[in-house]
Amino acid sequence: MHSEKASWGLKIAAWGGLVFLHFPILIIFVYAFNTEDAAFSFPPKGFTLKWISVAFARPDVLESIKLSLQIACVATLIALVLGTLASAALYRRDFFGKDGISLMLILPIALPGIITGLALLSAFKTLGIEPGMFTIIVGHATFCVVIVYNNVIARLRRTSHSLIEASMDLGADGWQTFRYIIMPNLGSALLAGGMLAFALSFDEIIVTTFTAGHERTLPIWLLNQLSRPRDVPVTNVVAMLVMMVTLLPILGAYYLTRGGESVAGSGGK
Amino acid sequence: MGQTFNASAPTQRQSPRRRFSNLLYRRPNLYVSLLLIPPLLWFGAIYLGSLLGLLWQGFYTFDDFSMTVTPDLTLANFGALFNPANFDVIRRTLTMALAVSIASAIVAFPIAYYMARYTTGKTKAFFYIAVMMPMWASYIVKAYAWTLLLAKGGVAQWFVQHLGWGPMLQWLLSVPGIGGSTLSTSHLGRFMVFVYIWLPFMILPIQASLERLPPSLLHASADLGATPRQTFMQVILPLSVPGIAAGSIFTFSLTLGDFIVPQLIGPPGYFIGSMVYAQQGAIGNMPMAAAFTLVPIVLIAVYLAIVKRLGAFDAL
Repeated sequence: MHSEKASWGLKIAAWGGLVFLHFPILIIFVYAFNTEDAAFSFPPKGFTLKWISVAFARPDVLESIKLSLQIACVATLIALVLGTLASAALYRRDFFGKDGISLMLILPIALPGIITGLALLSAFKTLGIEPGMFTIIVGHATFCVVIVYNNVIARLRRTSHSLIEASMDLGADGWQTFRYIIMPNLGSALLAGGMLAFALSFDEIIVTTFTAGHERTLPIWLLNQLSRPRDVPVTNVVAMLVMMVTLLPILGAYYLTRGGESVAGSGGK
Repeated sequence: MGQTFNASAPTQRQSPRRRFSNLLYRRPNLYVSLLLIPPLLWFGAIYLGSLLGLLWQGFYTFDDFSMTVTPDLTLANFGALFNPANFDVIRRTLTMALAVSIASAIVAFPIAYYMARYTTGKTKAFFYIAVMMPMWASYIVKAYAWTLLLAKGGVAQWFVQHLGWGPMLQWLLSVPGIGGSTLSTSHLGRFMVFVYIWLPFMILPIQASLERLPPSLLHASADLGATPRQTFMQVILPLSVPGIAAGSIFTFSLTLGDFIVPQLIGPPGYFIGSMVYAQQGAIGNMPMAAAFTLVPIVLIAVYLAIVKRLGAFDAL
């Protein structure tokens, strides 16, 4: 639109900003292969793959990975079901309380995690439910719904309703319309939403610290390591793993929903 | 696909499934209610129920001697928020949240501006992903990365030494209020980490608001004789205020509720989040913790009311 070029100052600020955003992430990948076993000295002393095998031989690490994967899978499934139902109900019709419902869906990621976490914990305590895997899943599913909801409702809004009417006119019943018309249209949005929800759940720590009881998800394992810096190299490898599990879905979701509206929806975390 | 439907709808006889789907189609209210029952049950019973329960707990009485909670209703917990010690926690957190929001806006603006006005096609997509990735990258690992960066003998120190910035850093760290003994135990270090972690949440709304800026306004401004600087100050900047305000909602509320970063980096001293965590955990004073959660809710509500006047909600 403008023929003028960006000034050098602006270019440096913009590209410098990108470097600033990525440098700490890069550092995680560098240190995971560092030969040193106690300090964080820079530049790294040498390159090794040893710590990866050490980390994956640790029973506590494997235990936490397994727990985090299980929780993320179940929470994502619940979020997919509830998020899709909510978006199907809210995308076309206006009715009393509609804004209230969409606000309620956003609330768990809009309010600070301490509030959601403490509220759930006190409710579980009141009901006499022992914190553990089940309570973590409940918490994660609650704030993952909005991620799926945002992705699916964006897709539904871009899908013409006449497709559904045409399908019904041609004699398909509700299930067939759902199976052959709606699902193929929603497929990649569901996948994208599911991946983002999975990443969000896998990485979540604030709500989890309240609802976890004695269970240790991978982020909680990491946090415990930080306050007791005993085995730095193993921590570095786990940090890299968590980083990758959260980065790959965002790339995947971007490619799946490219050409549409925003990838992640509202952007709260 | 077409054949499937023709094949399956040949007769007049209607299956129960067909009759059900026809019913749903003719009675959209019923259809919407059926769809809404599961999410509403989940959110109403689990989420809102817990929130109200938490608020209610804020009125319970905590006995300091027996360390037990009794359901006698009192306003003492909310009154205790204004104790000098607690008020200090609130002030410290609020100051940090405001400082982080302002700094994020300053750092984010050139990135967003460059993205919106000087990139197209592939470069724009590249910038978009390059901002999205750090935003979604694991929060706890980003915080961990900064403990590595700021550690003794770590990356930051190496850069400071090689760039000859040692004296400047020493001077900065000696400033009361922002300084500390080392970078990783100073307010300055904590502030940097907060700015880093929430920066992408500021870039994207500003970029979106600049993207919506009609080019004709800029042409008009130039035609009327404004220098690029004047156009920037009097047209672009004012019109990007809604975006900045929208981004600041995230930076403000995310900083306000955080308790991991204050725990890992910076000087000792509670933040609202760490206070809530300590009250319910180590101290076991659930009523006080519940009362404390009201602070970020109220602060965020006030903040939202302010930025709403700046047009933040239109830019979300």
